[in-house]
Amino acid sequence: MIEVNKANFEEEVLKAEGLVMVDFWSPSCEPCKELLPDVHQLAEKYAGQAKFCSLDTTGNKRLAISQKVLGLPTIAFYKDGSKVAELTTEITIDEVEAKLNELK
Amino acid sequence: MAEIYDIIIVGAGPGGLAAGIYGSRSRLKTIILQKGRPGGQAATTEDLENYPGFGRGTTGPQLMQAMADHAESFGTEIVRDEVIDVDLEGEIKRIKTKSGKEYQAKIVILALGAEPRMLNIKGENKFRGKGVSYCATCDADFFEELDVVVVGNGDAAVEEAMYLTKFAESVTIIVIHDEGILDCNKVSAEKAMANPRIKWVWSSVLEEVKGDGLVETILIRNIKTGEITEMPINGVFFFVGTLPKTELVKGKVELDEQGYIVTNDQMETSIPGVYAVGDCRVKYLRQVVTAASDGAIAAVAAEKYLAEEEGFKQQVLDAEEPVMVAFWAPQIEESITLLSELEKWLEEYGNGTRLVKIDTYRNQRLVKRYAVDEIPTVLLFHKGELLFKLSGAFSPDGLKGQMEIVSA
Repeated sequence: MIEVNKANFEEEVLKAEGLVMVDFWSPSCEPCKELLPDVHQLAEKYAGQAKFCSLDTTGNKRLAISQKVLGLPTIAFYKDGSKVAELTTEITIDEVEAKLNELK
Repeated sequence: MAEIYDIIIVGAGPGGLAAGIYGSRSRLKTIILQKGRPGGQAATTEDLENYPGFGRGTTGPQLMQAMADHAESFGTEIVRDEVIDVDLEGEIKRIKTKSGKEYQAKIVILALGAEPRMLNIKGENKFRGKGVSYCATCDADFFEELDVVVVGNGDAAVEEAMYLTKFAESVTIIVIHDEGILDCNKVSAEKAMANPRIKWVWSSVLEEVKGDGLVETILIRNIKTGEITEMPINGVFFFVGTLPKTELVKGKVELDEQGYIVTNDQMETSIPGVYAVGDCRVKYLRQVVTAASDGAIAAVAAEKYLAEEEGFKQQVLDAEEPVMVAFWAPQIEESITLLSELEKWLEEYGNGTRLVKIDTYRNQRLVKRYAVDEIPTVLLFHKGELLFKLSGAFSPDGLKGQMEIVSA
């Protein structure tokens, strides 16, 4: 997974073509860390079919808020630079996979 | 055939982990199945200062990690897998998980936990992750220099509000009670009242969360005057109690009206060999310390259960020779007399029948299973089969006719 932050978010996500999935998380968010290994597995399973990014909101708070993300964990899907779907707080990896399959 | 565990614990909060520690330390083969990371709700509580021996500065994640390490150090297996179905009837319990595995055990300890309750007011669900939150440690740092409200006034609400003051510009607590009345403990109440960054709105409830993409304002209703005020706000934290996560066992063990699992003092549920611990069971106080206590009790009760079951199986059900089981009680004179009479009588006429004495006070489970409602009661087993039952006082000579079944 590509680590994105305020320096490269525009380049990697907003200017990217095709489907991009961004996992918003932070080290103080236990549910995020619970989900993280599954998200990484998912990224491997679907490698090549979408771009997978992770964004640690620590130090990137304004960026997260600019993406209307104000709660963790959040997983957002972008298509050609605009947000097309979002899952937030109580997320199961099944829901993420289903959404991914729907969009890819 | 899959290996059979002594104990399967579902859930790795403090109740499950304590059960793991006690189970493994009794040399019972113990496994904990946990959907995500160990720790339960306590792992999302930053300040945890009421666990005995661990004062100020202790965090929930730290304490839970220490408990998990402790359990593993005694040999508890902690496996990350979600339980999706349970078959609790019968001697061997079967647990199905999302990864497609089936685990088997003689004992199941349900440490299912609880989750934050939703208030179900207008806008609450719509703005989840957009300013509405149930987890201060997850989301607090989004609200630096911003204003938030906390809904609720129990321990969790007031303590998390204080945690939020480390981040947010202002924290306003909306309290349904009259001014000065809080449901939380006195120490937290005093600290919060003295905290200059906490503001209070009394006698009020949250009516609606509004915004455009993100939370922008809330409507607060004063329950005395009925007056509705709109307040600009960036975040709304809900701490209005919890709900048990017992969907998995609904219809399988006895639950109360709210869905909590009913247990006795030994943490036994309505199903033999199935125990429940922590926030998911009916109890007075839901805290880390009481969950851990439940876990210890359940594991010890389970150990005793296994020993009794194993003993009864070996001595009675699996025995080659006929076995007479006599239920007695120390304070019932005639039951004691009968025991000694039976012993002599069997020596003479029993054709090798062995006598097993059951003290009814120590073996309530067997009393229930064989519906022993009178003391003394005598049961005769041969090759695992119950041949007859005699209740009340009788003279051993009365058995002569009955015993022909086994002498034949």
